[in-house]
Amino acid sequence: MAVKKFVVGNFDDEAVLFPAVKKVRRAGYKIHDVFTPFPIHGLDKAMGLRDTSLHTAGFIYGISGTATAVGFITWALTIDWQINFGGKPFFSLPAWIPVTFELTVLFAAVGMVLTFCYLCQLAPFVKKDHFNPRSTDDTFVMALECTDKTSETEAMSFLQTIGAKEVKVEYKETGWWLGRYDKDTMRFQKKEADH
Amino acid sequence: MSIRENFVVPKRYNTIAFALMAVGILAIIGLYVTSGSKDDPKEQARFWASLLQNSVFFLLVVNASMFFICATTLAWGGWQMAFRRVPEAISAVVPVIGVICGAILLAIVFGDNHTIYHWTDTHHVAEDPILNHKKGFLNKGFFAAATVLTIVLWSVLGWKMRQLSRSLDARPLATVEERKKYIWNNTVWAAVYIVVFSLTVMSSIPWLWLMSIDAHWYSTMYSWYTFASSFVSGMALIALFVVFLKNNGYLEYTNNEHLHDIGKFMFAFSVFWTYLWFSQFMLIWYANIPEETIYFQPRAHGIYKGIFWLMFIINFIAPLLILMTRDAKRNYGTITFMALLIIFGHWLDFYQMVFPAVSPKKVPMILYDFGVALGFVGLIMFVTGRALSKAPLLAKNHPFVKESLIHHT
Repeated sequence: MAVKKFVVGNFDDEAVLFPAVKKVRRAGYKIHDVFTPFPIHGLDKAMGLRDTSLHTAGFIYGISGTATAVGFITWALTIDWQINFGGKPFFSLPAWIPVTFELTVLFAAVGMVLTFCYLCQLAPFVKKDHFNPRSTDDTFVMALECTDKTSETEAMSFLQTIGAKEVKVEYKETGWWLGRYDKDTMRFQKKEADH
Repeated sequence: MSIRENFVVPKRYNTIAFALMAVGILAIIGLYVTSGSKDDPKEQARFWASLLQNSVFFLLVVNASMFFICATTLAWGGWQMAFRRVPEAISAVVPVIGVICGAILLAIVFGDNHTIYHWTDTHHVAEDPILNHKKGFLNKGFFAAATVLTIVLWSVLGWKMRQLSRSLDARPLATVEERKKYIWNNTVWAAVYIVVFSLTVMSSIPWLWLMSIDAHWYSTMYSWYTFASSFVSGMALIALFVVFLKNNGYLEYTNNEHLHDIGKFMFAFSVFWTYLWFSQFMLIWYANIPEETIYFQPRAHGIYKGIFWLMFIINFIAPLLILMTRDAKRNYGTITFMALLIIFGHWLDFYQMVFPAVSPKKVPMILYDFGVALGFVGLIMFVTGRALSKAPLLAKNHPFVKESLIHHT
């Protein structure tokens, strides 16, 4: 696997991090990812990440749950093994709604958790590379991906001027442990500058 | 950024409101001529049932605004502050429709016509063991007292909540202690309102006003189901006014994030309504006891079938599929369309609660009832517009207002 070069900066304040993210993108650097100890509202938008498609997946899982439940109960109770419940017709939809509902929720929930783990590439006993372990504790870590043309000294001093406390260069082997958010990032657009 | 703090009622707005009220009055006159003035008590009941359905529905809908305010106050929520003056203004309609609704209810109960509330007929009750058993609750005195007390309490407590909110407009709170005290004061009054609300809308009032039309039948789900109906329509009404004000260049600090949350309420409570509706339906369907299924016989299988299933589609399937995505809840057009559809759907819901017992042989001409509904819509528009113009649109001195301005979903 290829080895990539990253310029990594630490920030200790959200209020500094937000404008810094915008400045970095405006300057044309490519943000690999920003690691934070807790979820930050609006950071995804500032980074230019596209909206997640997790909810579309959830809808599809939910629909398949509905279809599975209705399909199976219909087959079981009207074709395969007809049972007379209190003189009701074999096809008694109201009685099946609770099961259908539960199966819809089950499929949607389990499916979305697994999809979420896949998208974030999380699994038990897997260690992900955060560039700086303190990103799970008290600092915000921003990693810029360097290309052949990036001057790392320039990038480092740029990070320092926009508020990074501690800046370093790191080499990482590419792979799933690095995450894939960089693939979802959109280019900086003019109208974002106004916000 | 300078904001347009005070709403000025546009001329066209009031013209439309008065035109709608005129339609309502014409519909009432039309109804009176075609059925209210007839000798047959069944025909007369059709006239009163229309007034009953419309006034109760719109009273519960505008009252849901005050419930929204008190529930969010009690939860110490801040996100609604950017547009809180809108539900406040809508809740100012409660005393107006309350008086109308109270007068109609008392006229029906104390009138000679026992078609709608047949438990008011004392001779009949004496021979009817079921109604005789219920007469401690279903009697004229209790009904009148509960109705008057309920409407007065809603009006007074709503007035108190509005007063608390407006008292800050001219008098900013300087210290943190003062602000804490203000929030606590608000919380206590909101709690009092919620207690009254739960003892009325969430339990006893729908039994008295609506369920007692089918006096032999009962359902413990009924009140919650009525509450869900009125609350989701109330949220839709708030959404309509918010979108209207935004389109006219007001409510600068209310943005898509707030609209998104109102949309979530509309979506969530549509599903909640369906949950209650189905819980009531399924238990009765499952047990299949004649004295219970008699309620659904004219509705799900009889001549009211069309209205019943149309209402189910409008109130459940349409919101579920249309309001599901994030973009739909942030789109003014979709929200407006869905808000109108939801209010209409729950109006139909109330229609099928009231009419099958009053007019079991044929479905009454629904256009008259729709005309009466438009009259109430005009009244709500007019009174809400007036209330909106009386106070600044942003409660800028409220301690939680910052939380709303930076609200983010």
